[in-house]
Amino acid sequence: MQIATTLSNDLLIIHVQEPRIDAACAIDFKEAMRAAITPQGQRIVLDLAQVNFIDSSGLGAVVSVRKMLWPDRVLELACLTAPVEKVFHLTRMNSIFPIHATLPEIRQQAV
Amino acid sequence: MASTHLVIAATAPAVRAALRQLFDPPAQVDLPDTLRDSAQIVLAEALNNIVEHSYAQSAGEIAVSLTPGHAGLVCHIWDTGRPMPLGVLPNGENPMSCAPVDLPEGGFGWFLIRTLAQDLHYQRRNGSNHLSFCIPAETKLA
Repeated sequence: MQIATTLSNDLLIIHVQEPRIDAACAIDFKEAMRAAITPQGQRIVLDLAQVNFIDSSGLGAVVSVRKMLWPDRVLELACLTAPVEKVFHLTRMNSIFPIHATLPEIRQQAV
Repeated sequence: MASTHLVIAATAPAVRAALRQLFDPPAQVDLPDTLRDSAQIVLAEALNNIVEHSYAQSAGEIAVSLTPGHAGLVCHIWDTGRPMPLGVLPNGENPMSCAPVDLPEGGFGWFLIRTLAQDLHYQRRNGSNHLSFCIPAETKLA
């Protein structure tokens, strides 16, 4: 499971660099997320721009990451492709995640 | 129109490889975007259910036949794993409506299949499961 992260003082963006989150990689996805999540209190945004397919196992893995952070932080999602948006919409999971059309801006930090 | 047939191993990576071959460009089965997305979702759930429950992670094969037509994509799936419990297909209620407090991490598979597929039929015969359905060309979205 390839992921990359962008970190600032108040924001952690996790970019999923895989075309699929499915039954074949749901466990790897959870492990990669667990390793990427910072102990500090940043907002956490999952960038799904490169993901063009998610199945129910992948959806369950995203829900489990939300539970991992709850109640201190809320997992936010960004840049859903049409097939991924469809699965969130059909299952009504879109009602429990803040979903952004674009990535939030990283504020420049004073050195 | 021409049918597409394939036989795959009953493993999650084999299911992924089959879906990529069928639906990722250059797609083996050429469908409009909406129909392709629905077909991929339903097939992923149906095939992964067979891997996880029918064969219960033991070795086996799954045969798939897909036929595009005016009404939509007609799909047939065969496996020789265990029969469906009680010989019938699961109801497929949305787990979100059953357990809104403790968010569900599973149970969405049959809900998605029943939402997107029509004419679902299941038959157990001579030690083999046969599931068939049609993904309609015009999908009604909830």
